[in-house]
Amino acid sequence: MGRLFAVEIVYRGIFQKNLAKNISRGIALAARHAGKMGISFGRYGDSPERNGIPAKSFAVIGTDEETLQEGMAKYEPKEVDVSIAVDDTLFKGVESWAWYGLQPINRLLRPGGTLIVTSMNGPEALIPMAHRKETPYRLAILKGTPSFSGLWVYKDDHTDVRVLGAIAKVLPDLFTIDDVEKAILEEWSAPLKVTSARKAHERITTRVVSPSEGNLEKTFEFELPKWYEMREGVSIPSIARGAAMTDPVTQQTGGYRPVRNPTFKKYTTRTMRPVVNFDTCVKCTLCWLQCPDSCFDVTPDALYDANMEACCGCGVCEAVCPVENCVTMVNETAFTDNASQWEMWKKDKPAYAAWLQEKIQHKPERSHGFRYRGQYEEQLPPMMEIAGGAGPEDESDKEG
Amino acid sequence: MAQAVEKVATSPKEHDALISGSEAIAVACKLADVDVITAYPIRPYDTVMQYVAKLVSNGELDCEYIVAESEHSQFEIVKHASAAGARVFCGSSGVGWMYAFEALTVTPALRIPMVAMVGNRALDDPGAFGVEHNDALAVRDLGWQLVWVDNAQEALDTALIAYRVAEDRRVFLPCAIACDGAFLTHSQSQVKIPPQEWVKRFLPPYNRGDLLLHPDNPITVAPQVNEDWLMEIRKHNDEAMKRSKTVIREAYAEFAKIFGRDYGNPFFEEYQTQDADVVLVGMGTLSMPVKVAIRRMRAEGKKVGFVRIRWFRPFVAEELAATLGRFKAVGIIDRDFSFGSPYTSGVLATEVRAALYPAEKRPPVLAFICGLGGREVTVPDVQRMSEMLLRAAAGERQPLTTWVGIRE
Repeated sequence: MGRLFAVEIVYRGIFQKNLAKNISRGIALAARHAGKMGISFGRYGDSPERNGIPAKSFAVIGTDEETLQEGMAKYEPKEVDVSIAVDDTLFKGVESWAWYGLQPINRLLRPGGTLIVTSMNGPEALIPMAHRKETPYRLAILKGTPSFSGLWVYKDDHTDVRVLGAIAKVLPDLFTIDDVEKAILEEWSAPLKVTSARKAHERITTRVVSPSEGNLEKTFEFELPKWYEMREGVSIPSIARGAAMTDPVTQQTGGYRPVRNPTFKKYTTRTMRPVVNFDTCVKCTLCWLQCPDSCFDVTPDALYDANMEACCGCGVCEAVCPVENCVTMVNETAFTDNASQWEMWKKDKPAYAAWLQEKIQHKPERSHGFRYRGQYEEQLPPMMEIAGGAGPEDESDKEG
Repeated sequence: MAQAVEKVATSPKEHDALISGSEAIAVACKLADVDVITAYPIRPYDTVMQYVAKLVSNGELDCEYIVAESEHSQFEIVKHASAAGARVFCGSSGVGWMYAFEALTVTPALRIPMVAMVGNRALDDPGAFGVEHNDALAVRDLGWQLVWVDNAQEALDTALIAYRVAEDRRVFLPCAIACDGAFLTHSQSQVKIPPQEWVKRFLPPYNRGDLLLHPDNPITVAPQVNEDWLMEIRKHNDEAMKRSKTVIREAYAEFAKIFGRDYGNPFFEEYQTQDADVVLVGMGTLSMPVKVAIRRMRAEGKKVGFVRIRWFRPFVAEELAATLGRFKAVGIIDRDFSFGSPYTSGVLATEVRAALYPAEKRPPVLAFICGLGGREVTVPDVQRMSEMLLRAAAGERQPLTTWVGIRE
């Protein structure tokens, strides 16, 4: 009996679909050069064509054909040697559109496995976002912003091969950096990408995450009922109607908070969230009206509180708000919980004003899209610097 | 909307009428007080929609009568109406039924007790009006109850029974009544039409219960699911179809009590099988020439019998196998085809062979393809099949599948 390897790539729907596929294909191709056989596939129940939905690709590798069969005809492996998060906000958990509940980012990692993440943050910011795991695992940070490489006009920033180089380092039994080089030349015929892969391979370091570290939140999940416990006729009870909200200070009731699906929340789709300056809100209703997920609760004082258990972070509210700096989208890594902003504001307005200022003062980068024309071009040089020193000019030559 | 005028409703007695199988189905719709009927013309089913239209315009039937723009919409409309608590009727033929196929697949999945009439017609191409059973049989795996009738009286009675069975909470599955095009749909014969009172006693109101689509019962129907859910949902339908056998037996027993017509075994009719050496098995109106031929052969001392299958779904495999095990050879007449099937026979032959496999006594089974495209099944055809069966019974080797009545 040979050995079976599994690697998962957790990514954001649409934006990183091709990136994830490039990585899982690259793993299978590099493994072939290491004398192994592999398959590359996406989790079938996912909906990778939906904006930002957490989704997964997998590479399963066997040292021989019969061993590989044990990893085939499955939706996902039960355990993986390496998990790769190509967006660090996925550390907050993964809820597939296919309704598997909220899954911790490290759920499939086998004891001692490695979680590789592309991030500009350090372990002190990342580890508290990930749920605690009973067994220790290793964390490897590949410096970089969430890559859209492979999506339409976005340039190839070499994230795919940098990840391959990192895997060769953390799981050398799977393949070596030399195998990665052969696979890159075979798949992309790009020597510069080999350089990037080797740089990532040299630089990547890991740190052990112990069971005492991480987010204590209990992820929401559900029991799958027996067939005779289920309603007939493919029917389910509807979500109940909503109710009035209560002012945490005055206890005044009013407004309306819809009841939402308790087992399908979708908020891990979010890579950024709106923060609202309630003092400048003119109650125009546009955010509430235009929100595609009906995430705004109507407060007793007729304000609109974006409910973080429902918000998918699309940014439509920011776009439609007619008041300057009333709604600002802020990267999800800046937050540790889903608490109500309105309640915080009601309880302590000066404290809220300070909190708000702290969140928006840097005008942090949007996780997708840009704040102004030309911003992408400005971002390229530092990104290439991080990746290994190859300038964008070199890159465009390659693409020509 | 027109109010129904109850012309015969208070009559305590049944009355005779000369009507076709299609008219009989339309009359059953009236007697069952159907709420929503959709229609789209295709021969031979269209005769039903014409008679229904006449009943509505005459004020005899008070229902929503909707002529859809296609069969697909036709079946979708009644599916939704049924989910909202309406008793519904629909129907089609041949490729019209096939055009509705997506709607036909979702109807049993949603446990919709729709009653439909399939005026059996050959599938295109070539365009042909004559009877083949492939249209109705196409839904055999989906959760539709399928019943074949061979005369107009049985069409009327079975339609009433179909509502009672389909709308039983233990079942909640659609039921298609298959009527041979031309021979049944377009041929008028004497039919006893029962009084409304009897039907009211027999057929309780449709109660959708906790599955009712209504603002007071907020439910979501037919959400998308992943691989974690579908097997359990399929199991629901499997169990409902199993329960349907019990409910069918109950319904026929109750029907006999109220209407005075006892069909005996609801699932299949046995004709002169008591002392038979060999039997033919078939569905629909081919029973007529088969019975005639059997009487002639019996006059010659040839002990041939006939088993006419009514309910194809649910299929009473054990009971049928036990019955067929009594004979020395069994011949299945398929008015359908299943190209490339086991022994390149027909659908019914394949099913009967499968039913016999675990049985203790397994007589030789010969398959006959006969009467396709509405070609008449003739007495000489039946005699030829019977002779082959008698030879098989005598131990002589016979071809497993034979096309009978083809020019050659």
